[in-house]
Amino acid sequence: MSCQCECGTCKSPQFELIDRIIEHHKDEKGALIPVLHEAQENLGYLPEDVQAYIAEKLNVHLSEVYGVVSFYSLFSIVPKGKYKVSICLGTACYVKGSGEILEEFEKQLGVKVGQTTEDGVFTLEGCRCLGCCGLAPVLMVNDNVHGRLTTKEVSGIINKYKEIK
Amino acid sequence: MRSVDELKALKDKTLKEMSAKINNNITTIVVHMGTCGIANGAKEVLAAVNEEIKSKNLKNVVVTQTGCPGMCYAEPLVTVEAPGKKPFFYGKVTPNDAKKIVSEHLVNNKSVNELLLNLDGDKITDISEIPYYKYQKKVALSICGKIDPEKIEEYIAYDGYAALAKVLKEMTPEQLIDNIIKSGLRGRGGGGFPTGQKWKFANASKSDQKYVVCNADEGDPGAFMDRSVLEGTPHAVLEAMAIAGYAIGSNQGYVYVRAEYPVAVANLKTAIKQARDMGLLGKNIFGTGFDFDVDIRLGAGAFVCGEETALLASIEGRRGEPRPRPPFPAVSGLWGKPTIINNVETFANIPHIIRNGAEWFASMGTEKSKGTKVFALAGKINNTGLIEVPMGTTLRTIIYEIGGGIPNGKKFKAAQTGGPSGGCISAENLDMQLDYDNLIAIGSMMGSGGMIVMDEETCMVDIARFFLEFTQDESCGKCPPCRIGTKRMLETLTKICEGKGKPEDLENLEILAKTIKSTALCGLGQTSPNPVLSTMRYFRKEYEAHITEQKCIAGVCKKLLNYSILTDKCIGCGLCARNCPVNAISGEPKKPYVIDSAKCIKCGVCLEKCKFGAVVKK
Repeated sequence: MSCQCECGTCKSPQFELIDRIIEHHKDEKGALIPVLHEAQENLGYLPEDVQAYIAEKLNVHLSEVYGVVSFYSLFSIVPKGKYKVSICLGTACYVKGSGEILEEFEKQLGVKVGQTTEDGVFTLEGCRCLGCCGLAPVLMVNDNVHGRLTTKEVSGIINKYKEIK
Repeated sequence: MRSVDELKALKDKTLKEMSAKINNNITTIVVHMGTCGIANGAKEVLAAVNEEIKSKNLKNVVVTQTGCPGMCYAEPLVTVEAPGKKPFFYGKVTPNDAKKIVSEHLVNNKSVNELLLNLDGDKITDISEIPYYKYQKKVALSICGKIDPEKIEEYIAYDGYAALAKVLKEMTPEQLIDNIIKSGLRGRGGGGFPTGQKWKFANASKSDQKYVVCNADEGDPGAFMDRSVLEGTPHAVLEAMAIAGYAIGSNQGYVYVRAEYPVAVANLKTAIKQARDMGLLGKNIFGTGFDFDVDIRLGAGAFVCGEETALLASIEGRRGEPRPRPPFPAVSGLWGKPTIINNVETFANIPHIIRNGAEWFASMGTEKSKGTKVFALAGKINNTGLIEVPMGTTLRTIIYEIGGGIPNGKKFKAAQTGGPSGGCISAENLDMQLDYDNLIAIGSMMGSGGMIVMDEETCMVDIARFFLEFTQDESCGKCPPCRIGTKRMLETLTKICEGKGKPEDLENLEILAKTIKSTALCGLGQTSPNPVLSTMRYFRKEYEAHITEQKCIAGVCKKLLNYSILTDKCIGCGLCARNCPVNAISGEPKKPYVIDSAKCIKCGVCLEKCKFGAVVKK
């Protein structure tokens, strides 16, 4: 994410974006987590140089920033796929067989939980209760919730998102 | 909003507009758009309704949206409200059904009876009369699913912000706190601490700055009432927070909400903006000189942040690790200032208590648990959804009357309450009155109100293992009893589920559980052994069967299962053998096949594929 022309003075667009985010939160107490949320929303993940830059701008230690990033499961230090498939592993979903749905996704996508497919389209994740227990078992693809699932519907969901260009 | 008169004028104006619909013979079609509705296709239904109205060129029809009325089992829901008639509730509506509702009900004036939820014989009944609602009493959820959450005027039409006006104009903070104490309201988030007492402590703390925090980090798997309240009536929470601010002398509130609830966050943001624009948040509310504002803080996926000191650390922008108490947050909370933290459902009760009186609230419930409680009914139950019942309602009423019983004629085994901190209620306690103290007495807890129903096909050892896996994963790692203790418990439970358990494991589990309970730093650790202790108390035989007979009665624990083929049912088609991924099935055509259990990986494909019911698992 360094400067392409190597002049050493101009900023990469990513850092300019972070400048804008921090400017927006500058008078806020406890701004670190909101800043990290927005940075990840725009960049997809939080690589080390981004964390270092945020630490410098907010005047906190990099260890503190890394400590927060590594503590919360929603923050990621590796790039994620275009579609994040989060399978709910809450109690209601578990009782209704979400473990089997997860296994089916692992089989069909050829990746394990936490991994991203080689083409960078899907990241498979298990997640905590999505609060749609009435429709268990459920999963979320980015912000879209799919409910009342059976293993038979897995291929349909994968194909649906594959087809969206 | 400079005065109470202005609020009243706006209420009257909105009510007038609503009744104008009736006078002008306008029919309203309401599509329920909570997260659960949307997940089931409510957006497509809404589009279909609009499209059909347009193509039929219908006039005198208005399409509106609202939150979830709690009937998750019947989503997506569409209500048709025609002037002078009881509302028609349609359930499990597909886009095609939606078109049919428009063309039949609106054009031909004929209801689509096969989709109606409130049809008794050939008559439409009040929705509150159907079995699902008959035993319920709605307070916190009273207008959830009735109003458009994105319109502050509709909340005001239902007496919204009138409680805030009453408090600011007619009560001193002390009178207000006395009122809340008298109502008997206890925290709905888990512990059940008396809300009024909490406010009293914070009121007594001297400081230049105090804070009000709403805990909307609803992390208990199986509980989703806070999501529904935030999605359906976000203004109720804001109004209550302002009331709490007045009680303790605070001018700033924070809602700490899970990032996993995008619709709730969006509706809350809209609500805050509307309240600010109308002067119901901000400076000099109702011209009384009282200032109060609210900001949102997003969680980032850490269950421990539901614990109050961890939550405060997270708002401050740090790792969400709990700290020892005292000092309690009411003395030293956010940035060291006195802070009260209440849960969403607790706040949602406050405006009702102010408007209807403490005595009204205290008249519901049991001796020590007043009011109503929302439960999220899920798992192996016919009618899943959000229900609100008076404290003291029995589990039997909830499961068999409201919930409609267990699907597929299976037997009720247990209901789990309180999530990873709670325990289970077995069949012997079906007739116990549900309240805070009774639940503690049987080794469970109210928690936030998640209620997962389990039938005979649920393995209680596996469920205990599931919860331990959860707490172990979510343990923040600060204190050793939780970090190491839950890990050891999980290892032992996994061993038992795999058939490698030893008789002494049960005793060791109990010793470990008691040690963790008495030594862990925060609520997460202290309550983490509860699911294990509770299942061992009521279902010890299942544990023993796993250990001594290597048998899982419920047929869940894979390593203990054996698949076999019934010779009298197998016709020798070979379908199972062709589908077996590890070639563990062999045989000759037209003769019974055999499974080699040494090779079998217990994937269950053969059972799924066999059309003759010849494959069984034991």
